[in-house]
Amino acid sequence: MHWLAGSSGLVMVTDDPVAQIQTDRIPSLALVLVVGILVATGVYLLLERSLTRVLLGFVLASNGINLLILLAGGAGGAAPILGRSSEPISDPLAQAMVLTSIVITLALTAFVGAMAYRSWQLYGHDEVQDDIEDRRVARFMAERGEDEDPADLPETAWGLDSDRGVA
Amino acid sequence: MSPTVLLPLVVLLPLVGAGITLAVHRSAFIQRVVAMTVLGLQVVVAAVLVVLVDSGPVVTYIGGWDAPVGVTLVADRLSALMLLVSSVVLVCVLGYAMAQGIVDRDAEAEAEKRDILPVAVYHPTFLVLAAGVACAFMAGDLFNLYVGFEVLLASSYVLLTMGGTAQRLRAGSIYVVVALVSSLIFLMAVTVAYASTGTLNLAHMAARLPEVSPAVRLGLQLLLLLGFGIKAAIFPLSAWLPDSYPTAPAPVTAVFAGLLTKVGVYSILRTQTLLFPTHEAGERRVLDVLLVLALLTMLVGILGAVAQDDIKRMLSFTLVSHIGYMVFGVALAGEASTAAAIFYAIHHITVQTALFLVVGLIERRGGSTSLERLGGLAKASPGLAVLFFVPAMNLAGIPPFTGFLGKLGILEAGVENGSPLAWVLVAGSVLTSLLTLYTLIRAWNKAFWQPASAEVVARRVDVRVPRGLVIPTVALVSVSLGLTVFAGPVYEYAERAALGLTNRTAYIDAVFPDGLEGWTVKDEEAVASDGVAVDGETTGDGVASDGVAVDGEVSP
Repeated sequence: MHWLAGSSGLVMVTDDPVAQIQTDRIPSLALVLVVGILVATGVYLLLERSLTRVLLGFVLASNGINLLILLAGGAGGAAPILGRSSEPISDPLAQAMVLTSIVITLALTAFVGAMAYRSWQLYGHDEVQDDIEDRRVARFMAERGEDEDPADLPETAWGLDSDRGVA
Repeated sequence: MSPTVLLPLVVLLPLVGAGITLAVHRSAFIQRVVAMTVLGLQVVVAAVLVVLVDSGPVVTYIGGWDAPVGVTLVADRLSALMLLVSSVVLVCVLGYAMAQGIVDRDAEAEAEKRDILPVAVYHPTFLVLAAGVACAFMAGDLFNLYVGFEVLLASSYVLLTMGGTAQRLRAGSIYVVVALVSSLIFLMAVTVAYASTGTLNLAHMAARLPEVSPAVRLGLQLLLLLGFGIKAAIFPLSAWLPDSYPTAPAPVTAVFAGLLTKVGVYSILRTQTLLFPTHEAGERRVLDVLLVLALLTMLVGILGAVAQDDIKRMLSFTLVSHIGYMVFGVALAGEASTAAAIFYAIHHITVQTALFLVVGLIERRGGSTSLERLGGLAKASPGLAVLFFVPAMNLAGIPPFTGFLGKLGILEAGVENGSPLAWVLVAGSVLTSLLTLYTLIRAWNKAFWQPASAEVVARRVDVRVPRGLVIPTVALVSVSLGLTVFAGPVYEYAERAALGLTNRTAYIDAVFPDGLEGWTVKDEEAVASDGVAVDGETTGDGVASDGVAVDGEVSP
């Protein structure tokens, strides 16, 4: 069993009639477009401030990439890998990888969801805060009387004190 | 017992340990015993592996499926050495964390709410992290590397946000989101690799990639570098690190600083040397970009460190900066530079972790990590001063420490390379080294040397630093000193590891002991098209050309 590189991707050629994995057909354009749309919307949402939106963006983008893995396994329509037959079978490895990837995505989704909830508990919102360096720069600029308004800036170096908004 | 059993063991031991510690979460004592035993065993196994693989890579086919069908675990000199160093570091940090857990429960740390470790969750998570690190080091295929990364990242999310305080949540959300994005990019690279080569086994990919069109290969290389670059904190992708690491408890920061970025560096080293060897013009261009990024990483990182008042944040910036040295070594892509990069990675794992543990002690003794609020510690606690001074000088690269030897090796390789860019990097490295010395001396002067003001003395907690915390720190500092004493053999081992990386055939032959016969396109294609060796770039059909660039190097 071996693979051949051709203009339409890789073809698995085998002397064994049991396994004719079909990967040479060009995958469906609709699926490719769906991958593009999912990843694009995912990236857009990842750039948001709110953790919930970031989470949704992560879910969309990773689903897009999961579809991409399926696409890497070649076109659909072939029989699943089961029993012995001489007809082309679909690539089982891509499906196994998608399963693993889905499980990982699920676990991380739960974790980020928990973080967003905890953030809401603490502050009443779930927005990702500026990092310390950003705030230091902002304070520095404010001290020099440039663009930022010092009233917006938190008091301590660490900024958000845990007691704020907890009550 | 065949040595192939050892490879799954390094991943399984901590995972089983994690299961047990989770089951017995009510008994902190049993948790500690199990965690320490498991990691101790991992050190032993890793040490055995280091000796074994010196005579050739050890390969395990999980479930009896031969490569490239099944999951393959491969240990060569590089991965075994990295595994040994990281398990030693993990044991020391675990010891420190245990002591901190005990001390904090006894003391009134509840009131401070800063450095409390919920021990019940800590141990299982820490062991899963160890399993993930081991899995990443042993991975023989790209997807398994991805899984290893996910395992260690998932546990790092839990460790970093442990306790769910406001500060950690803020730092954690940035860290988690950045890590998620890097994982998505890595997964995309895995998919591209699979779609273009039809395999994910690294050795198999190494044989197949020359047949892939150069444009796709370049895209794959950049995707992998982007994914690993975020994890390793290479300059434009490094902003997340100094912000998130310092908020975690000392033992967590220590292990993150020591290990996580180095797993990224390891992955860059592995994929660059195995999949994209340097003789192609396209790959050379990528390496030049990497060299520039290494320079920027060093300089931007260390300038950030100079500006910091807080020791933890300062050390996080030096961590970023010194990643640049390793990237410099990798990007020079010679045997000597690779050896120096490996040696530097080992040095940096031990020293950076030791420094973060010492900072944990400083925080305990001086009541703060801010340089403005510390002073006179050398008089108050001379032992602590020595513990800080030795790894600090080591990090700055003062002879005869390992930091000096590693930097010297990288500089020699840079001078030997001789290109103008390499010379610029050599200058940048020396400057970075001096600035590192400056920042560390400044920290030393402010925290230890200058007389303490009354205010500082008032804040100082006048209790001895608990012995349980000191012993693991001393152990780790001794390990770094041991590396200095035995630098000769260790450096030679790193050189042999580099030889194994630049000369890929040993690795590929180990994974495919029966040769790649039947697994390559070459023989078939050469016969079919009457040996038309097409150089992908000249077919002129653009990206989608079926450029079957036949490359003689990897033929079985």
